[in-house]
Amino acid sequence: MYNIFNSFGVMKYQRAIFKYSLFTIGLFFLFSFKFSEIKNGHSLVIEFNHFVGNDKLILDSLMYKNEFKQSYSISKFRYYISNIKLKRKDGTEYVSNEYFLIDAEDQESQQIVIHEKGYYSSISFTIGVDSLRNCSGLQKGVLDPVKGMFWAWNTGYIFLKLEGKSTYSKSPSNIFEYHIGGFKQPNNCIRQVTLDLTEKSFQKVGDDADFLSILVDISEVLKTPKSIDFKELSSVTDFNNATMIADNYADMFSVIK
Amino acid sequence: METEFTMKPKLLILSSILFFVLLSAFIMDENPYFKITNKDIVFVNPKGFPKPFYDLSKNKPSVEGFTLGRKLFYDPILSADYFTSCATCHQQFAAFAHIDHPLSHGIGGRLGIRNVPSLQNLIWKDAFMADGAINHLDLQPLAPITSVSEMGENLPNVIKKLQANSTYKRMFYKAFQDSTITTEMLMKSLSQFLSLMISCNSRYDKFIAGVDTFTSIEEKGLNLFKSNCVTCHPPPLFTDNNYYNIGLKPDSNLNDNGRMTITSFKEDYFKFKTPSLRNVEMTYPYMHDGRYRNLKEVMNHYAASQSCSNKKFDDSEKTELIAFLKTLTDMDYLHDRRFADPNTY
Repeated sequence: MYNIFNSFGVMKYQRAIFKYSLFTIGLFFLFSFKFSEIKNGHSLVIEFNHFVGNDKLILDSLMYKNEFKQSYSISKFRYYISNIKLKRKDGTEYVSNEYFLIDAEDQESQQIVIHEKGYYSSISFTIGVDSLRNCSGLQKGVLDPVKGMFWAWNTGYIFLKLEGKSTYSKSPSNIFEYHIGGFKQPNNCIRQVTLDLTEKSFQKVGDDADFLSILVDISEVLKTPKSIDFKELSSVTDFNNATMIADNYADMFSVIK
Repeated sequence: METEFTMKPKLLILSSILFFVLLSAFIMDENPYFKITNKDIVFVNPKGFPKPFYDLSKNKPSVEGFTLGRKLFYDPILSADYFTSCATCHQQFAAFAHIDHPLSHGIGGRLGIRNVPSLQNLIWKDAFMADGAINHLDLQPLAPITSVSEMGENLPNVIKKLQANSTYKRMFYKAFQDSTITTEMLMKSLSQFLSLMISCNSRYDKFIAGVDTFTSIEEKGLNLFKSNCVTCHPPPLFTDNNYYNIGLKPDSNLNDNGRMTITSFKEDYFKFKTPSLRNVEMTYPYMHDGRYRNLKEVMNHYAASQSCSNKKFDDSEKTELIAFLKTLTDMDYLHDRRFADPNTY
């Protein structure tokens, strides 16, 4: 009898220790979290500004010129951004697991908010969708095939779509369309972008967010390294020539200082 | 006499009201002919079958989801001309292939470039289409729905049409507790229907289980099959899910590069996926472009080309092999009412 009572008492005591240690650990985490939040700077609002060379993108109306002095207009420009990595000045890194579909037609899509705080020294991201998401069946949100950025005939996302018109194009109605996708070799069109932020003096928005303005120069889709002649190539809708255009647009992003 | 006369019209009115109430209840039922019940949607991994590629725990068939998937499979609403359903080319009596049609047919009389494959044991496939273009069952139906030479639709429009249909709205709500139809709900209901299309009860299966016997010709055929064909057509699925060029002469009118279109690798030129041989008797014509009208012609090809077997089959061996292949016909599957058109019986 005595033994049973004793063991019961010890058990009760152990439970109390367990409870209080949990409580202290919890408090510790709460404080450390609060502390780091104060210490580590600002969240980030990233805005994508679409230009063609020096001109702002205006869909369907403004005419631009490619490297061959062929004039063209743009009717559609959309692309996926994913795997955003933000490097802090203290060497730590924040990695976002979100996918963004930036659409020249949709103002709202052109702003990304990173709620994680930091004094950031560089940003890198993927243009496109990683192979895992291309191989894991049906996806939701911006990756829903209903968004029109998905190849049903050959499983995979279209990473970037540029469509427009040029009288030089030999396609019906003089349209040109470049649908770039492919996540497997030798057609891998996934491209990484890294932009340095050390020189950047951030403007603030709201209470504690830095504003990062990124310039997207769409003329780069059609040049460097390979200048696109509308007469010769007005349609890329499968793997043919896709990596070539992915190489072109890999350098279309820059930071507006 | 007078009372009898007054009673009769009343009775008539009452009985006709009752008749129409019953009739409307019958029409309102989404599935008046063969009702799917809980026992119809139980998945049992057949004895000897490997673990499926498709993760059923992520899309467990429900009575409502399966019934909805079945209705969609048989409904031409998914096509641009409201005339072509999945079942137009995938007929149950042909193990969901298209009997006597070498190439697939689509809206407006358009022809595809490939033979319609049979549908069975889909959850054991790692890729779909003769060139392996599609890598997931939940994505597969998107290809025929949006192909210009098949159902010619686009996904936003399909969802719009379904959303505007009160029966579908109700059925989607029943299946997914949400009446705003999404791509995910559409594809998952189709997958619930497709994933349970399992053929595992042919005479061959019964022979292996020891509950049926083979004739001596069939048994000779089985032995020939074992020593010449199982590398690419291993049981129980009778496909290795791999791609081969079996020495067919390319058809210049079709301009089909096979697996190379998908991988861009030169060595994949004119390679096609090994089809399962289950129910092969019912799926004529044969090959990716339906060039062979019957199994005899297929045997002649293999006997002549030596592309995958060094054995030159003689006529009696061809007959034996064909006799064996016919034991892979699964009558239970071809007549399983769960997969039949809900509008016909």
